[in-house]
Amino acid sequence: MSTNTDANQGGNGGQPPVKLTRKDFVSDQEVRWCPGCGDYAILAQVQKVMPELGIRRENVVFVSGIGCSSRFPYYMNTYGFHSIHGRAPAVATGIKASNPELSVWVITGDGDALSIGGNHLIHAIRRNLDINIILFNNRIYGLTKGQYSPTSEMGKRTKSTPFGVIDYPLNPLSVALAAEATFVARSVDTHTQHLQMIVQRAMEHKGVSFVEVYQNCNIFNDGAFDMFTARDVKEDRMIELEHGRPLIFGKERNRGIRMRSDMHLEVVELGNGVSESDLIAHNEKAPDSYLAYMLARMEYPEYPVPVGVFRDVQKSTYEDLLTEQVERAIQNMGPGDLEGIINSGDTWVIE
Amino acid sequence: MESMTILNNVEDKHIEELESVTIRFAGDSGDGMQLTGTQFTKTSAIVGNDISTLPDFPAEIRAPAGSLPGVSGFQLNFSNHDIRTPGDEPNVLVAMNPAALKVNLADLEPGGILLVNTDAFSDNNLKKAGYGSNPLEDGSLTGYRLFKLPITTLNRAALRDEVELPPKEIDRCKNFWALGLMYWLYDRPLEPTMNWVNEKFKKKPDVVKANVTALKAGFAYAEAAEIFTTHYRVRKAAIAPGKYRNITGNEATALGFVAASVLAGRPLFYASYPITPASDILHELSMRKNFGVKTFQAEDEIAAVCAAIGASFTGNLGLTGTSGPGLALKSEALGLAVMTELPVVVVNVQRGGPSTGLPTKTEQADLLQAMFGRNGECPVAIVAPATPGDCFHMAIEAFRIATRYMLPVIYLSDGYLGNGAEPWRVPAMDELPRFEANLYKDPDNFQAYARDPQTLARPWAVPGTPGLEHRIGGLEKQDITGNVSYDPENHMHMVETRAAKVARIADDIPELEPFGEREGRLLVVGWGSTHGSITSAVEEMQGRGRSVSSVHLRHLNPFPRNLGELLGRFDRVLVPELNMGQLWLLMRAKYLVPAISFPKVKGKPFKISELTAKMEEVYED
Repeated sequence: MSTNTDANQGGNGGQPPVKLTRKDFVSDQEVRWCPGCGDYAILAQVQKVMPELGIRRENVVFVSGIGCSSRFPYYMNTYGFHSIHGRAPAVATGIKASNPELSVWVITGDGDALSIGGNHLIHAIRRNLDINIILFNNRIYGLTKGQYSPTSEMGKRTKSTPFGVIDYPLNPLSVALAAEATFVARSVDTHTQHLQMIVQRAMEHKGVSFVEVYQNCNIFNDGAFDMFTARDVKEDRMIELEHGRPLIFGKERNRGIRMRSDMHLEVVELGNGVSESDLIAHNEKAPDSYLAYMLARMEYPEYPVPVGVFRDVQKSTYEDLLTEQVERAIQNMGPGDLEGIINSGDTWVIE
Repeated sequence: MESMTILNNVEDKHIEELESVTIRFAGDSGDGMQLTGTQFTKTSAIVGNDISTLPDFPAEIRAPAGSLPGVSGFQLNFSNHDIRTPGDEPNVLVAMNPAALKVNLADLEPGGILLVNTDAFSDNNLKKAGYGSNPLEDGSLTGYRLFKLPITTLNRAALRDEVELPPKEIDRCKNFWALGLMYWLYDRPLEPTMNWVNEKFKKKPDVVKANVTALKAGFAYAEAAEIFTTHYRVRKAAIAPGKYRNITGNEATALGFVAASVLAGRPLFYASYPITPASDILHELSMRKNFGVKTFQAEDEIAAVCAAIGASFTGNLGLTGTSGPGLALKSEALGLAVMTELPVVVVNVQRGGPSTGLPTKTEQADLLQAMFGRNGECPVAIVAPATPGDCFHMAIEAFRIATRYMLPVIYLSDGYLGNGAEPWRVPAMDELPRFEANLYKDPDNFQAYARDPQTLARPWAVPGTPGLEHRIGGLEKQDITGNVSYDPENHMHMVETRAAKVARIADDIPELEPFGEREGRLLVVGWGSTHGSITSAVEEMQGRGRSVSSVHLRHLNPFPRNLGELLGRFDRVLVPELNMGQLWLLMRAKYLVPAISFPKVKGKPFKISELTAKMEEVYED
C-alpha cells in the first residue's frame, strides 16, 4: 500500500518526475468547442497544472462520458477514453483498479454525471478510488442543444421546458458529500488562478477527488453564474473557503458566516459586537462532513456562494485494498497453481 | 429401467443389475434436496458410473414451506455406459412432501419407484399442495411401486439417543436418512459422503455425528426392513482412462478463465453484478486472488461491463458475466468495445426470458440478442460451450479469440450447463493451448488503429507505455490513425473492417466433424447445452439403422467454414433449440437451406425421446 504522504499521488509508477511543459500536454487535435465556451479555460488550467507535479504523460488517463465537456480527452496529449453517456466513472474504476499506477481523471458534465450516470458517480465516490472527477456544471444540456439538466433551476425555460422546469435541481456537492467523498471542491471556469489551485489540490489528494466547476455555456445558458461570478460582484457574492480561516467575504472583508443556535448559517456584519471569533472557522479536515454539507447548501442570494475545498480527508483507497487482498492471498495461499486448482476437489482415477 | 434379474442369496435379497438409473430427489427447498443429489452424484462418480445431473430449484430462496413454488428437485442419471443427459424420465422419485409429489409425479415413468415421506402428508401440507384427498390413500398411485416411509419419525428415532441437538436440527438430517436408504437400494458405499460430512462440519462434531448416524440409519433400515425385496447394482462404465472430477459448468467456466489468464500471461479482471444463474462464477473467481485475479462487484450490469472494458484498456483480460437481462443492459457498452476494438469477454449464462422470465430455468433464447442486440452494425464473436466440462475449454477459446482479433466475444452458456454437473477428465497442462496476448510497445510510427494484415487486429497499446499516448472512444474512428472521423467513405470502410475481423476468425477455428456419416438423409444441427440430448438421440437413431448425423456448433459467429458445405450433403436438416428457432433463422439466412426448426421453451432441456420422435417424423417426411 503506498503512503498517503507522497505529494505526487500516483501516475509515475515509482519513476522519477520529469520536467514537462504545458505544451507537452496539448494534443494535435483541433479543439471543437464553441468559441467563448468555458471549457477552453478549464482545459488550459488542467494543461498548466499537469507539468507542475512532474507526472509522466504516459501514466495519465483522461476518461469521459458524453456531452460537450466529454470531448476533453481528445485535447490532452495523454491516454484518453471518450466512453459512453454517464459511464465514465465505471470505465475509470476498471482502469484504476486494474492498474493503480495510473493517474486517472474523469471529465464529466451535469447531465452526464448526475442524470444518466448518477449511479456510477455515487458508487465511484463511495469506493474512494484515487481518481479525480471534474464535473463541468453549466446547468444545461449543450450538446443536444438546450434542454434543462438536473442542475437547472426551478422555473427555467428551456427547449424541453417551454413553461418552466418543474423538477427540483440536485446540488452536485451535496451528492458527493452524501456519497462520502474524501475530497470535495468547487471553482469557476473564469477564476483561473483559483481553478488551477483547486485542480492541483485534487491531484494531490490520495483518494477520490470531486470538483465542481461552474462553467458558462455561452450558447444555451449564457451568464448562468454571472450574478455572483462576475468580476465586479464576486467578492460580495462569493466566499473563498480557506482551511483554518474564519468565513469572511465582501470587498471590505466586513461580512462573515456565523452559526446560529438553531444550527442555521447566517450572514453577519463584522463590528457592533460581532468579531471574527464569532464566525465559523473553516475546517476541511473535519472527520464528519456536516460543516461541508452546510456550506455546500449556501446559495445566492441568501448567502455568498462558496468556492474552494469543502472537504479533504484521508481513508484507504479501493485499489489499495484490492491490491492488498491480492498480495495477502498470494502470501497465504502461495502464487496461483493452475494445475493444482484444476486437480482440486474430489477426484478419482479411471484406469 | 433396462434390467436383468440375477438371484442373489446374500441376505436373501435379490440384487438386480441395471444399465442405468435416473433418480429424482424432490422436497421442500429447506429439505436439502440439492445436497442429497450432489452427494449421490459424487458417490456414483467415485464408484465409476458415468453420470449427468439436472438441479431444478425455485427462484424463491424460501418459498412458504410445503408450497408448490417451494419445491426443489435434483435429478441424476448414472450408468454403466456413456451417457450425456440427466435422463428423460426418472425411474425413481423420492418425494419428501405432498407438494414435491404433486410437482414431480407426472415425470415419473409408469411403474417407477415412488418413495414418500409419509410424515409430511399432514392435512395442512396436503391442502397447501392442492390435494383434495390424500394420494397415499385414495388409490391414485397404483400405477407406481409406492414405498410409504415415515422418514421424519425414523430419523428422529435413530438420532434421539445419539446426539444432543435441538429437534429442528435433528429433523434437518432426514435427507441424509433418505440418502442412506437410497445408497442401500443402489448398492453404493457410504464412505465418500461420510468423508465429506467430516470435512464440511469438522468444527461441529455434533453435526457430523448426526448426519453420519442418519445416513447409516437409513442404510441399515433398508437392509433390515422387509419392504425392499430387491436392490440394484449399476456397474462401472467404460470411461476413458484419466483423472476425473465432478464439475459444474459455472465452475468450469471460472477455472477456464483463470487458465486463460495463466496461459496468456495477462491478469484477469472480472467485473460482475449478481444475477442468477451466473453469480457462482463471481463466487469462484473471487477466491482466486492468488492468481492475481481481481474481482469487482459493480453497482450494476452497465458498470460491470464498463469496468471490464476499462481493465482491457490497461492490458488486463477484461471479463464480465451475467444472464440475459444483464446482457440487454450491457448492449451499449458492448458497442463501445466493438468501436474501441478492445478484447472483452462477456459471459451470458442464459435463462428463461423475456424480461425477468424464469431465472432458475434454462433456455437458449439469447443467441439473436448476442448476435444483433446493439445499435448500428456491431458484430461480435460468439462462442458456446457444449457440456459442463467444455465450459473450461471455451472460456480459454473466448480470450484467445478476443486478444488475437482485438474484439469483444460473447460466451453463451446457460442455466442447464452452469448448474449441471458431469465427470470431467482433468486435462494435463500440456494439453492446454498456449496463446500470445502481447502488449504493443514500439513508439516508432505508432498508430492506434494500424492493422495486423492477417487478423486486422489493432495494436493492444496500454496506458503506462511511453510514446503510445492516444485517445479512443465511441465516435467513429479513422482507420489506421484512430482519430475521430465523420468521413462517409471511412465509415463504410470501418463497418466492413469490423465485420471482416469477425469473419476472419473462421480461418482460425476447427472445421465441424459430423457425429456419424458425412452425408446422408438427416443432419441434426445444435449448439450449446443441447449437445448431450442431441448426440444421444442421434446415436439411438443410428442404432435403428437410420442415416442420421449431427454437428454441434461451439462457434456461432462466425460459423465454422465447412458448415454450409455439410448442410448441402444431407436431404434434411433439423435444428433443435431451446428457443423458437434462432440458430435456424441464422442458418437459413446465411445458407438458404430449407432447414426445419424444432423449438422448445419450457425451461427444461430436451428429452432424448422427444428428439428421436421428431427425427423420425422429419426422416420419413
